[in-house]
Amino acid sequence: MLEQIMSNDAVIEALQIIQSEFLLAIWETVYVTLVSTAVAVLIGLPLGVLLVVGAPDGVLPLPKTVLAVLNTLINLLRSIPFLILMILVIPFTRLVVGTVVGTTASIVPLVIASAPFVARLAESSLRELNPNIIEAAQSMGATPMQIIVKVMIPESVPSLMSNLTIAITTILGYSAMSGIIGGGGLGKIAINYGYYRYKYLVMLVAVFFLIVLVQIFQSVGTRISKKSDKRIRS
Amino acid sequence: MIELQNLSKTFNTADGTVQALKNISLTVNDGDIYGIIGMSGAGKSTLVRCINMLERPTNGRVLIDGVNIGELTQAKLREVRRNVTMIFQSFNLLMQRTCLDNICFPLELAGVSKSKAKQRARELLKTVGLPDKESAYPSRLSGGQQQRIAIARALATNPKILLCDEATSALDPKTTEAILELIQKINKELGITVIIITHQMSVVEKVCNRVAILDDGCVAEEGAVNDVFTMPKSRAAKRLVFSSNNDNAIPEELLKNTIRVIYNGALVAGTPIIAKMAIDSQIEANILYAQTKCIGDKVFGNMILGINGGNEQLENAIEYLQKIPDIIVRREA
Repeated sequence: MLEQIMSNDAVIEALQIIQSEFLLAIWETVYVTLVSTAVAVLIGLPLGVLLVVGAPDGVLPLPKTVLAVLNTLINLLRSIPFLILMILVIPFTRLVVGTVVGTTASIVPLVIASAPFVARLAESSLRELNPNIIEAAQSMGATPMQIIVKVMIPESVPSLMSNLTIAITTILGYSAMSGIIGGGGLGKIAINYGYYRYKYLVMLVAVFFLIVLVQIFQSVGTRISKKSDKRIRS
Repeated sequence: MIELQNLSKTFNTADGTVQALKNISLTVNDGDIYGIIGMSGAGKSTLVRCINMLERPTNGRVLIDGVNIGELTQAKLREVRRNVTMIFQSFNLLMQRTCLDNICFPLELAGVSKSKAKQRARELLKTVGLPDKESAYPSRLSGGQQQRIAIARALATNPKILLCDEATSALDPKTTEAILELIQKINKELGITVIIITHQMSVVEKVCNRVAILDDGCVAEEGAVNDVFTMPKSRAAKRLVFSSNNDNAIPEELLKNTIRVIYNGALVAGTPIIAKMAIDSQIEANILYAQTKCIGDKVFGNMILGINGGNEQLENAIEYLQKIPDIIVRREA
């Protein structure tokens, strides 16, 4: 089998495919991942904040039913496997983007799957914050909004950044999966060439690039998280 | 003036209700450094949090300069909180902000312009003696330095009242001393009324003029520090005053045939009264506890004597000792 994969013909063919398609595929993957993450954060971060401040002992307690609905919705979306979620939201995707295939169309299911994930990550980051600091802000006459914007989020930045890194790498993995229903990027190449046409070498190269991307995102994220943390003495 | 009237606070916990404060009434005058002392669990922290409504009392009122702050709207209450600021045991600085920005924080909340806030923050850094820590982050500072920054932050909005919640409990004795001196200076120079919550006798002795002793949610005793510390009346007060070096508190059963000798004035402390009593009246006294203290500029002392020979000798000893000027004697048990 190895001989088959590494045969001269296969290598030449793979090189051609790499040359003609990989640059675009890498770009598509990066683009989909970053845009999906950005939108997921835009939706998920406020939800995460709501989960924390809206708790009975939070700075802005929400009615119990509102909190319960929010929690259930998030759990519901988090429990649907991404592969199935992608198919379930096809009508919605058509409504939003006008099409269900292509790079941009795959952003819709990615956001729906990852926003609740981001919300939970943000929630756990914000809960790490020392409650005494929030009390101190209250003792100085801070409004709940000021506490969120000036205390909770800025003080949680290092933790939020490291959790954001987890989100990005997870979304990157999801984006590769979206190749199955017509999403672009490295996932599409891996599936189309590797799974449908038995060109394993191309698939392996695609996977290799996915690994490289995860490594890059992870190390950049870790570095930003550490750099942003003023608690670390260096 | 701060008046606490019949304050009660009940917490509902999983194990039932806990009454943290029971009908507490206290008055703190302008310019006081008022100590509230008690063992842990006595309700001190809950009490101080009722003064700025971080904790809502279940019953009773808190009047600050005659205004019942429990009835204020949220917006008005936030204004009051700029006037009644607080420092904490764990300093509670924003760790992701520089010292200067930490001090600017309450001003920022109040809507003061950035440049004005920075100017004020720099003044305050000088007041607390850390003018060179402007751009340092709190994690780089020692505990004492962090508390100084916290004090500067608490002073930023020109408060009239400063609440200190175990502000020196996390500091070593030397740093505690320095922080207390700073609090004293603030009280004198800026005329800020200070309320100090602590479990440390030494803190109250050093800076407070009045003290309330809190025990199990009640005020066991209240008054001028001199009076309470030389002649504690309540059990809780005695426990605190006479076991300030905690390890050697006197066992209850030893307190049976005992008298307490309270003497104020350096003259008496220099006279061998126990030896004289044994020679003059053949009374055998056993010193169970003795301590002298400097409180303010006076020297005070306290001694517990176990007397051999039953009730009669006890009476004799009291009679004998009471003749000496500046001495007060009481039966202990």
